[in-house]
Amino acid sequence: MESIAEKKSYQVNDRGYYGTFGGAFIPEMLYPNVEELRENYLQVIADPSFQKEFNDLLRHYVGRPTPLYRANRLSEKYKTNIFLKREDLCHTGAHKVNNTIGQILMAQRLGKKRIVAETGAGQHGVATATVCALMNLECIVYMGALDIERQAPNVARMKMLGAEVRPATCGSRTLKDATNEAMRHWINNPVDTHYIIGSVVGPHPYPDMVARFQSVISEEIRWQLKEHIGKETPDYVVACVGGGSNAAGAFYHFLDEENVKLVAVEAAGMGLTTGHSAATTALGKPGVLHGSRTILMQTEDGQVVEPFSISAGLDYPGIGPQHAWLFESGRGAFLSATDDEAVQAAFELTRNEGIIPALESSHALAILGRLGASEHETVVVNLSGRGDKDMGTYMKYID
Amino acid sequence: MNRIVSLFQNFNQNTDSSGLSSRGLLNVYFTAGFPELNDTTRVLKALQDGGADLVEIGMPYSDPVADGETIQQSNDRALENGMSVRILFDQLKDMRETVSVPVLLMGYINPVLQYGIEAFCAKCAEVGVDGLILPDMPMDVYLNEYKSIFDTHGLLNIFLVTPQTSETRIRQIDEVSEGFIYTVSSASVTGSKSGVSGDMEAYFEKLDAMKLRNPRLIGFGIKDHDTFAKASSHAAGAIIGSAFIRVLHQSTDLEHDVIAFVKNVKNSSEAIPA
Repeated sequence: MESIAEKKSYQVNDRGYYGTFGGAFIPEMLYPNVEELRENYLQVIADPSFQKEFNDLLRHYVGRPTPLYRANRLSEKYKTNIFLKREDLCHTGAHKVNNTIGQILMAQRLGKKRIVAETGAGQHGVATATVCALMNLECIVYMGALDIERQAPNVARMKMLGAEVRPATCGSRTLKDATNEAMRHWINNPVDTHYIIGSVVGPHPYPDMVARFQSVISEEIRWQLKEHIGKETPDYVVACVGGGSNAAGAFYHFLDEENVKLVAVEAAGMGLTTGHSAATTALGKPGVLHGSRTILMQTEDGQVVEPFSISAGLDYPGIGPQHAWLFESGRGAFLSATDDEAVQAAFELTRNEGIIPALESSHALAILGRLGASEHETVVVNLSGRGDKDMGTYMKYID
Repeated sequence: MNRIVSLFQNFNQNTDSSGLSSRGLLNVYFTAGFPELNDTTRVLKALQDGGADLVEIGMPYSDPVADGETIQQSNDRALENGMSVRILFDQLKDMRETVSVPVLLMGYINPVLQYGIEAFCAKCAEVGVDGLILPDMPMDVYLNEYKSIFDTHGLLNIFLVTPQTSETRIRQIDEVSEGFIYTVSSASVTGSKSGVSGDMEAYFEKLDAMKLRNPRLIGFGIKDHDTFAKASSHAAGAIIGSAFIRVLHQSTDLEHDVIAFVKNVKNSSEAIPA
């Protein structure tokens, strides 16, 4: 945890920017809330009592460290050395809980009584409802009305955990609209509420704060890889990117080591040219979305475009500002995988290694053949979540 | 001189001599391209005919986070109608032949950035727009990158303050503002609360006691003559948005209904049945 209080060159600067991306493009109504967080977050995170509580919960409640597993049959197939970072084994089934644990402790220290969050597929909503139950805080989760219909099991989990799930009924009724509604809720309740954003998006300091909480992923990869192969750095780190929180965590401690190739995989949906895609860097351009300057999918007139992906967790029209900077600076390689490629990769992992991955993580697996990694090189794939929630989709592909 | 600046100067002179502080200035917001694409200039003209002192034209956006349901829906409808910044400028190109009240454009920053900030400001000046309200444009970005462009084209940037804005920041906003300060009456998005409560009056009195250099217009929760009069007793005037959008939404005779609404708000005794 000492290390997440440090600052590096691809990290946010003191004005809240990553290169030309980031900042806090928020209406005045949100300014005091965001400012309160900005003024306090570094100090709170650096506080030893915070670090102790955060680390204890990650270890005893979330189940960290998660294993770094050498996938032998997959390695053999792709003629390289593939390691899977098993975030799918976290409590609640994905890396999302690393962030919600950190943010609920932050909210407590800021004296907040209520938590509001947005969710797409429901993974972040479940992770938020979980920590609210744990800490006995009121929890309101906004979810697109369309997603509520599509993700019934996660809606049920949130309700059982005691959260109130409120439908976002305006616009396209999906994740971006749920995010709008959560922001509006925060505007209407500025004093006693903390907004737990689920990804490395939103106004500064959210992208940096969420990345710090997720950075435990790459912190563990380093020492675990040393145990496996005698050195801390792989040749490739591969992660899927919707907003990009699991990628931000997996890249964090490798950002300044240029010999480690950082590979982000976006969701191409039905294909880049079909009009049904969520591959932001391929289809988007710079602009402002949800409080930060980043790259987003938009019309010529600057209206936000509704994305499409088979995976609800990647179904977002933007990416975090740090990812936009990694893309523009060339530090990160941005690839994309289609719905079909992702599903195929999910079956490949399941049949070769006995691990059913989430649809999101399957996008990262889907580009292994395109990586060009040699038999002497090491590839770490961040397996961000498990596939239980996606069984309905996978079943459709079984003859 | 900028029309907004001269409006407030005249207002101050009149108020000083007559002492009639309750006769406030009325600023009315409506969404461009709503209810129908080509209603923009009809509504604008009718607002002036009814007696609106300033008009704020909303540029519709797909994700208006500071707005409540009423204005969101008007944005969605306008976008479905095919509204865009480009079309708006086209609709407004001859506006100054008939419209003399100050006109502001209100909207979110992304469509403005995509149009190009320089080109946008130049076009505003060309058609006769006097000021901009872009709630999600950060103050430091405005001061460092855009202010000189706004100045070149004679455009005022209107800042917001809310009950949560600290005194230090209010002073800072007052320092960099010109025209007026948009005073948000309560912690809310547009249209979600109505009326003027005791808490609000304390907040308005606090602002009054600060003796700011800029006049204030109070917005959010203003819907009729009573709320307008009450707000005007604490500021130079008030802004109506959601309540007017509802009038447009239900209207069967646009000109008549707009004029009647404005007259009603400004002076209830001259009420014209809708």
